[in-house]
Amino acid sequence: MIDAPRLQVESGKAVLSGHWTLAAMLPELEDLRRQLAAAEAASSWDLSGLERLDSAAAVLLWRAWHNAWPADLAVAPLHRQVLERVAALPPAMPATPPPPFNPVTALGALLLQALANVRGMVVLVGQLLLDLAHLLRHPRDLPWRELSANIYKAGAQALPVTALVGFLIGVTISYLSALQLRSFGADIFIVNILGISIIRELGPVLVAVLVAGRSGSAMTAQIGVMRVTEEIDALSTMGVSRSQRVVLPKIIGLTVAMPLIVLWTSAVALFGGMLAAMLQLDLSLFYFVDNLPRAVPVANLYIGLGKGLVFGFVIALVACHFGLRVKPDTESLSANTTRAVVTAITAVILVDALFAIFTRRIGVPAL
Amino acid sequence: MSQAPVIELRGIGTRFGSQVIHRDIDLRVDSGQILALVGGSGSGKTTLLREMLGLLRPSAGSVRLFDVDLANPDGQLQRAVRRRLGMLFQHGALYSALSVFENIAFPLRELRCLDEDWIRRLVHLKLDMVELAPGHGRLMPAELSGGMIKRVALARALALEPELLLLDEPTAGLDPDRSQNFVDLVGTLQRTLGLTVVMVTHDLDTLDSLASHIAVLAEQRLIACGPEAEVKRLAHPFIASFFGRDRRKLL
Repeated sequence: MIDAPRLQVESGKAVLSGHWTLAAMLPELEDLRRQLAAAEAASSWDLSGLERLDSAAAVLLWRAWHNAWPADLAVAPLHRQVLERVAALPPAMPATPPPPFNPVTALGALLLQALANVRGMVVLVGQLLLDLAHLLRHPRDLPWRELSANIYKAGAQALPVTALVGFLIGVTISYLSALQLRSFGADIFIVNILGISIIRELGPVLVAVLVAGRSGSAMTAQIGVMRVTEEIDALSTMGVSRSQRVVLPKIIGLTVAMPLIVLWTSAVALFGGMLAAMLQLDLSLFYFVDNLPRAVPVANLYIGLGKGLVFGFVIALVACHFGLRVKPDTESLSANTTRAVVTAITAVILVDALFAIFTRRIGVPAL
Repeated sequence: MSQAPVIELRGIGTRFGSQVIHRDIDLRVDSGQILALVGGSGSGKTTLLREMLGLLRPSAGSVRLFDVDLANPDGQLQRAVRRRLGMLFQHGALYSALSVFENIAFPLRELRCLDEDWIRRLVHLKLDMVELAPGHGRLMPAELSGGMIKRVALARALALEPELLLLDEPTAGLDPDRSQNFVDLVGTLQRTLGLTVVMVTHDLDTLDSLASHIAVLAEQRLIACGPEAEVKRLAHPFIASFFGRDRRKLL
């Protein structure tokens, strides 16, 4: 067993023995500190009985000596070396002060960062257009494999979860609307409410939020890790454009896949709504399907799919932009992934508002 | 206390699925030894090292560090054992979100009983030990060169004043000059601090100038283990080619 560190003071002479190491000192650190503080006045120190002395203990002793050699010190040469190392350090280590917080500069920094993000995304779009132009001239360079992989990952694999969420939302809305409609005796308007709200608004937005959390974060993390592990650099050394091979398939893939997921989710949500309406209002499925085209002009479907297309593009663009901004450390990776998802969802809601304003005269049934 | 071996492996067997990595390996490392673990690529050197650290549970056999079985479920005991060893990972494994200073201070802070001034002095002491300037403490791991990462990682491994130091390819990726410096550094530290060192290496120079003992892994077994000079004289095809080939390369 390790001999515990011991300190004895006898008539102005402090005698140390045992193992003075971090591991041995830890269990009785407070005791030792108190003893050292009490022994500070001792002018003569005897360390020759020490078995081990590590630098943590040396620092402790050196501080007890107030950063100076004691007048009378007996110590083995090996242990003296350890103490000398500590003695060679400057007495007061300057702490690095935290940068002062200034609300004006903080706001400015935030603004500049936002501008840099906007600029980065504009640059990315420009690069994308250049790549597309290049690919139109050289169709053989088109990354089919990556494209199909992305459509599969972001599209096909997202079908179950979007269906589940869509179905439940459809049931919920139908159930809640039915309660209200029944009190007005306006049961059959459930078709209008469900049709317009799900096809035009809820379907695309719901899918966008799910996909932003699911595929957007995955894209950011993937590109980010590729940057951390220098895979992106490896690509460019092989003469493979990172925007063509990594960014473009993701953006095009999600832009293609999103309208399809929107169609699927809206359909499942409507189905959920129909089921709930059948159980709650005794509205037959056949009646519902029969009346849907009459209640909901087909323009709403186009608007919904168009929204899906734009949302997909926005989510992938934001995700790729933040992925490329990841610095090679874990903190930056997590911060950028968070930012990508938050920005993507915010941007989707913003774009949705724009859609609402510019399509306010289209597809609304005249009463 | 020096009677009990620092590391004791008994009947270690490792398999990943149907692939057998180790069969029945016995190894004993005594206090103050510098053991070099050598073997061809994929012979499971790093795996064995990870088993010594308790990062990987072997499929068979037992690992004892400081006379404590790593399979012992007592968490307190396990933590105490971990504090007595330092590990230098092949690629440094520095915490990329923390600065160099914070990386070295991290294990010290985790003890939760050292004050800030003490930690600061210890970190600067370690930086000085691995011949880095205090100013380097502010840098982030991504801003360091390969050699500096190794040295910072060594400083972090030494932060808790370990009795056992495990090095995974300590000189891989360093130029010969740097690698010699690094070897000298570890040698000096080993002598002054009385460390036990276990290292995985491919580099014969490192082996020659540091190792007191050599363990050779080949054909899933430990085919030789003992003092450096003895092992090199063994007439086994792998040993002959390992030491012979590299000799030719050096000339």
